[in-house]
Amino acid sequence: MGMTIAEKIIARAAGLETVHAGEIHTVALDYLMSNDGTTHLTIDMYNKLKNPRIADKEKLVWIVDHNVPCDSPKTAGSQKKMRDFARENGILFYEGEGVCHQVMLEKHVVPGQLIFGADSHTCAYGALGAFGTGVGCTDYLYGMVTGGSWVLVPETLRFNLTGKLADRVTARDLILTIIGMIGANGANYHAMEFVGDGMKNLTMSDRISICNLCVEAGAKTALMEVDDITLAYLKEHGDRKPAACFKSDEDAVFEKVYDIDMSTIVPVVAKPHFVDNLAPVDDVKGVKINEAFLGSCNNGRIEDLRLGASIIKGRKVADKVRFLVVPASREVYLDALREGLLDIFMEAGAMVMNPNCSVCWGSCQGVIGAGEVLISTGTRNFKGRAGDKNSFVYLGSAATVTASAIAGEIVSPYTY
Amino acid sequence: MGKVFRFHKDVDTDQIIASQYLLYPTVDEMKVHAFESLDANFASEVKPGDFVVADDNFGCGSSREQAPAVLKALGVRAVLAPSFARIFYRNCINIGLPAIVCDGLYAAVETGDEITLDMEKGTVTAKGRTFPCTKLPVHLQKILDQGGLISSLDNPEA
Repeated sequence: MGMTIAEKIIARAAGLETVHAGEIHTVALDYLMSNDGTTHLTIDMYNKLKNPRIADKEKLVWIVDHNVPCDSPKTAGSQKKMRDFARENGILFYEGEGVCHQVMLEKHVVPGQLIFGADSHTCAYGALGAFGTGVGCTDYLYGMVTGGSWVLVPETLRFNLTGKLADRVTARDLILTIIGMIGANGANYHAMEFVGDGMKNLTMSDRISICNLCVEAGAKTALMEVDDITLAYLKEHGDRKPAACFKSDEDAVFEKVYDIDMSTIVPVVAKPHFVDNLAPVDDVKGVKINEAFLGSCNNGRIEDLRLGASIIKGRKVADKVRFLVVPASREVYLDALREGLLDIFMEAGAMVMNPNCSVCWGSCQGVIGAGEVLISTGTRNFKGRAGDKNSFVYLGSAATVTASAIAGEIVSPYTY
Repeated sequence: MGKVFRFHKDVDTDQIIASQYLLYPTVDEMKVHAFESLDANFASEVKPGDFVVADDNFGCGSSREQAPAVLKALGVRAVLAPSFARIFYRNCINIGLPAIVCDGLYAAVETGDEITLDMEKGTVTAKGRTFPCTKLPVHLQKILDQGGLISSLDNPEA
């Protein structure tokens, strides 16, 4: 019996020839990423250990991205704890560099690795052919102390992509459509693998957007094969070399295979308060908005900003609507600056913010009040996710969000 | 015997504990905000030994360990649902909060009902009816038995 990409990566990390879905294995981890959402609690637990120790500090990457710049004295205390611990223990530390996953993809992740991140969207690393999975801070601490962990080898759902997305239809529309199709727990405990002729039509930015959102279907990880597009990205970003490039075997076992012709995908939104509460944009046209958000690890890359800028150039944000534009990393911010995209957004009346999680995480920047409506390229639209528990979040693409910011209500991305 | 607090399907971890409380210094400072968006009285009414019962996919969304941690800190005895989102489930086991897969219970109980959990037998009793629960895989039961994953770091022979 052949192996899937997920099985091959776990076999490599476990030092075994073969592993199969359903087995539990002890594995060595290649990286352990943690951000300011939970690291202060990890440190508290670490300090209570009888024999606190770090297996390999070179595997640790700590990133302050959720509440940055800091918004309250309590947060400042938690972040200071993280900063001080990183300094004292020689842990690689970023602050203000960008959203953790974007930073990891730009600087660290390589194909074939098994990575734990103390953040659910760690599954984004599959865009580079790495097995990333989200964990809590206890799992994180165990990995930090031992260098390893245990994993249940997941079954795989395979998505065979063909064709090409239409103009102004984005990878985000594709993955939201898939989540709407399989449901919020449709991939629970599973790996989601994306392959097919259509992959050549998806940029690295598209691929990250797809893999990043798979946890919204419950997936343990998302995976893609390494190709020329992957290798070119790695070369441009620090000339990194793959640890291993895997493809699923011909006789690998998939729980289910879906065939998706990307040319059939239309612009969609996820309505409040669930990511699988899907509708074509045309069905919610006219919903008034108070705020629009272009950013996040899902859709804050240069390609997203180019798309948004191409739509809003020479136009204005609607009266009494806030439009937050938040590049996902320093690299993206600088690229957007050099390309003149930030000028376009600022002249249109948008607020361009520092790279961070911003309103996608709903605790720091741009939170919305009771009864308010946000249209967002963020990752989630759960009740209260962007601020008040009685507010409403719609998820859409960079094109849909930007067009809606201009209109002051949800509109089709083809409106302008 | 403990009281049931019942929640719907797809309860995400933002509802269990919202983002704005996660960077508070300690779990004890966060716990009074548990389930704030769904049941404003939950944190004040829940007593040690009580149960959270929910429908499918409980704990989906964010990996925030603060979610099971606030429930444990409030004394919740166990969380019971037909299915759990994987990160939440793993976090529960790791911190020593039983997450019990139990079909049928959700439809049979209301908030305020008294139920009894027998983890050894793998059963829940509610209103005179007994519901079977799925037992944990051996590896996970061992983690739970030793009081969570961290205690294995302090007691490597355990």
